[in-house]
Amino acid sequence: MIVSRRWLEALLGRALDARETADRLTMHVAPVDAVVPLHQDLGDIVVARVLEVKQHPNADRLTLCRVDAGVAGGPVEVVCGARNVQAGKSYPYAPVGAVLPGGARLERKAIRGVESNGMLCSAKELGLGDDHAGILELDTAAPPGSRFVDVVPVADHQIVIDVPANRPDLLGHKGVARELAALLGGAVKLPPIPGAGSAAPAGGDAALGGRRRAPSARGDGPARAAEPGVAAGPSGRVPSGVVDGVEVRLEDPEGAPRYMIAVIRGVKVASSPGWLARRLASIGQRPINNVVDATNYVLFEVNQPLHAFDLAKLRGPAVVVRRAQPNEKIVTLDGVERTLSPEMTAICDAARPTIIAGVMGSAESEVAASTTDLVLECAYFQPTRVRRTRRALGLSSESSYRFERGIDLLGMPESMRRAIELIIAVAGGEQREPWLDLWPQPVQEKTIFLRPERAAHLLGVATERAELERLLTSVGFFVAPKDGGSRLAVQVPGWRPDVTREVDLIEEAARLTGYDAFPDELRPYRPGTVPDAPVEQIKARVRERLAQAGFFEARTIPLGPGDGPEAVAVRNPLSADEALLRRRLIPGLVRRVEHNWANRNRDVRLFEIGVVFRTGQDRPEEWDSVAGVLTGARRPPHWSEGAKVPDMDIWDLKHHFELAVRVAAPSCDVQPARGGGGGWVAVQRGGEVAGWAGPLEADAPVWAAPLFGFEVRLEVMPPHPVPYRPLPTQPPVERDVALLVPAGVSAEAVSAVLARAAGPLLDRLAVFDEYHGPGVPAGHRSVAWHCTFRDPVRTLREREVDELLAGALQALEDELGVRRREG
Amino acid sequence: MRDLLAALTELRERLHEIPQADERRLQDLKTEILGRKAGALTKILAALPGLEPAAKKQVGGAANALKRDFEAAIAARERDLKRAPAAAAAGVDLTMPGRASWTGGLHLVTQVVNEICEIFHELGFTRAVGPHIETERYNFYALNFPKDHPALDAQDSFYLGGDLLLRTHTSPVQIRTLERYPPPVRVVIPGLAYRRDPFDASHSPVFEQIEGLAVDEGISFVDFKATLATFARRFFTADTRVRFRPSFFPFTEPSAEMDVQCQICGGTGCAACKQSGWMEILGSGMVHPAVLENCGVDSERYSGFAWGMGPDRIAMARHRIPDIRLLFDSDVRFLAQFAAGAKGGAR
Repeated sequence: MIVSRRWLEALLGRALDARETADRLTMHVAPVDAVVPLHQDLGDIVVARVLEVKQHPNADRLTLCRVDAGVAGGPVEVVCGARNVQAGKSYPYAPVGAVLPGGARLERKAIRGVESNGMLCSAKELGLGDDHAGILELDTAAPPGSRFVDVVPVADHQIVIDVPANRPDLLGHKGVARELAALLGGAVKLPPIPGAGSAAPAGGDAALGGRRRAPSARGDGPARAAEPGVAAGPSGRVPSGVVDGVEVRLEDPEGAPRYMIAVIRGVKVASSPGWLARRLASIGQRPINNVVDATNYVLFEVNQPLHAFDLAKLRGPAVVVRRAQPNEKIVTLDGVERTLSPEMTAICDAARPTIIAGVMGSAESEVAASTTDLVLECAYFQPTRVRRTRRALGLSSESSYRFERGIDLLGMPESMRRAIELIIAVAGGEQREPWLDLWPQPVQEKTIFLRPERAAHLLGVATERAELERLLTSVGFFVAPKDGGSRLAVQVPGWRPDVTREVDLIEEAARLTGYDAFPDELRPYRPGTVPDAPVEQIKARVRERLAQAGFFEARTIPLGPGDGPEAVAVRNPLSADEALLRRRLIPGLVRRVEHNWANRNRDVRLFEIGVVFRTGQDRPEEWDSVAGVLTGARRPPHWSEGAKVPDMDIWDLKHHFELAVRVAAPSCDVQPARGGGGGWVAVQRGGEVAGWAGPLEADAPVWAAPLFGFEVRLEVMPPHPVPYRPLPTQPPVERDVALLVPAGVSAEAVSAVLARAAGPLLDRLAVFDEYHGPGVPAGHRSVAWHCTFRDPVRTLREREVDELLAGALQALEDELGVRRREG
Repeated sequence: MRDLLAALTELRERLHEIPQADERRLQDLKTEILGRKAGALTKILAALPGLEPAAKKQVGGAANALKRDFEAAIAARERDLKRAPAAAAAGVDLTMPGRASWTGGLHLVTQVVNEICEIFHELGFTRAVGPHIETERYNFYALNFPKDHPALDAQDSFYLGGDLLLRTHTSPVQIRTLERYPPPVRVVIPGLAYRRDPFDASHSPVFEQIEGLAVDEGISFVDFKATLATFARRFFTADTRVRFRPSFFPFTEPSAEMDVQCQICGGTGCAACKQSGWMEILGSGMVHPAVLENCGVDSERYSGFAWGMGPDRIAMARHRIPDIRLLFDSDVRFLAQFAAGAKGGAR
């Protein structure tokens, strides 16, 4: 919401400093995003009176003006190119040396041989409009030499407020001024309308100027005293009435709980007067015509959207508020044909819709130059109805924005009166009959009870009852003590639909006092009952381990293109590339490797821990996964080794996979993947595969090294303490054996037989070599094991070890056909 | 005997020569002093048997002590000489790079999340987590979002069918925690959140969030301010200025936004803080009684506070990262910049 400093000043009757105003609003009301100075760059421009106009000696289209600019040296001569310059009139004048909007400094120069002492300015040259046809004539009695900005009220500030969704009252200048009055002192009063007569707009009752028609509740007295809850009965009498020949029927009181119509006849549609156009321009609104501008002015002043439409275009003439019929069509102001549905409220004439309630009117009924008789609507439309309509049509407006947030149901008569007064002041015409106010179920201000001791309890600081009263009253709450002062009965004004509970009042007191006024001293607290999430502890361990192993942590987004049939689809994706939830982390990491390759980085090791998704029985499943990708040199090259470092291969992959499985999924075993193709799987005790490692396909440049990757599902298991194993005290006896292993026999099988046959004295068993070639029979390979024998309590004898080994080798030969390689 | 003691004193002086000795000189000294046949100290020790018992004890003690000192000094010098490449003198360039192994590191955002969670851990908060796929009830309505309310506009969501959506904040874990654990509750909730914002320099459809929640008897606005201000001063610097100002969140009342003094200009105003001198760090407030009631917690007896903050943005602000997409590119050159210190560079 953009507010104008000058507009606020007019409501408050006092000057404001824009910066300070912004700070106060930010600290007590709502954040101010920006303060934008308007036309502050006109400080060098002064008012000058043209004393005499002569023809330029060398140019037909130029004149030579003698100008009184209020300077000591007397009148000066200025060359002027505008046709509209007249002696005796005042114009904005930029003396030599003045800085013009845009930053250019005006130099003294000769125009067609005559020196010009400065320039008489057009609106465009001053950044005040597009009018470049002539210089800007000033209607002022200010003496020559007066500063232009002191005479013409264009210098202003826009204060851009980030209004939260619960504060519709801040969407009008009056609401913002109300807050400032509370913070700075003073009161808010709607400024008089220039040119308005003293006669108040015609209204039925003196207090509120409205004639209320309801089935059984006749409006009398102020709205706040209206009888509540008297509704159109089941018999369904439709609230209706006639105003100045226009029949009004409220058939959808749910969509429009309160609906007011006035008729103004005999207006003259034209441009707005300068003050009105300037007001709207100061908040970035384009002036349109005096009637539309008047309704917009009231919108931005008191936050009441109004709709003026052309009576002549109304069939009937009638105004019918009803639900739209299926597929009913309307061409809105923006020229687009819209299709309505019964979930939407439409304002119709006797035949068809003329307004989408609360959103936008039709192009057809729009106020145009030919309009003389107006129908003026002032309504409260049901917020969620407007919101659904707006979303269904994809069409929002200043009105829908406000109706969605809730406008002041009780302040509508004041808004209506203001609008009528303003329209008549700027466009003429007359209101022949009081407006009609259809409000079948009148409501009153709600009352909320506030316990001062509850406020003290929640805020941690006691506030005097009188101070609470003062704070709440300052922004329009009506406060009365109850029960000997232990409670305050607080009446909530209609413009604060957000205040519904005691705690809302406590917030009011806190923010008006200022959050900064509360102490922030740390006090003792009780420890919580929630244990630290085990999964977070495990993730931290896995991250640490993989980072130590030389991997960088990547972050990819869980949305991507399809990855198999079990991927969960997003119903409303931003793009087809981000339409599905990932089933695995690997594809995202491969794309990151490609990104690094594109930046000519050959050595890439990345890991990620993140959530993955899969379609499930009732709802999608999700779990945490760990993945890594690796490509490039096995270690950084070092100058002392000269030759190129070997690239990582599947054995580097296997090591890192095992490492990841050990820390992330300790219950799993790493096994060769079945069915060829290479790679490994991590298998849970029950046989379920929880992880995979292998070579990866990627869009790789020719210089890239092979790419490998692994992924395993993160297990959430409480960490169990590692039991201590006594350190060996006895010396080992070591033996190396090279074995001829026939095809089809795995190293793992050999190890298993060796370990079992040699018994517990075989302490360690490690493969240290594999050999194919001369001396190895066809269909075999030679694999060498390093065996370490040790007895925990005594020194082994060499002979004992030889016997054990011989027994084990015999078992190998018997069971697997593996024999010792001789020589 | 006096001569022997004087000789020992003189010999002791020569201890100082050892740390400066090069390899050859060290060998000479060893022979000269400890040599089996003609070593000066060896000779003194050899003379001991001929002395009076009292003198023998005195000289013997001093001589053996000196011998131990020489042996220790020589051994130490030998170790030093072995360690410093003997070749140093022979012209090897010691500025040549050493031999490295690959190093990895944690993502900057992880580091920031860890750092934040650690600070809150010191303040008594444990970590809690919850699902990324949520129901509207947990994501919105239990958090007191009114149905069809404009407050939902800022939470533009990815829907998965029915009332399932990707959580738009980690706040639903507040509800899950309060449903499961009785007060006192003090948790921080790190995790990803999802909103339908296309990628640009300052938006990402997925971002990291840390939500926090404290609920107990007697928790007040003062405790709320104190806890978060303490966090800010620990995370940034002890003298960082902090301010609280009004805001709106459906699940807190009163609601507040916490700003810290701009970490780039120090508060004087710059482009990064839009000249305000302040940086918005987190949204927060006292837990709305309706939220407590929705979780079956007595809102008259218990009160609390909650907050949410974006580690991506905090990392960007602290490390002056201009574009949020850098956090998702996983460019190794970027990751390596922040890998050195697990605590993050700016502290």
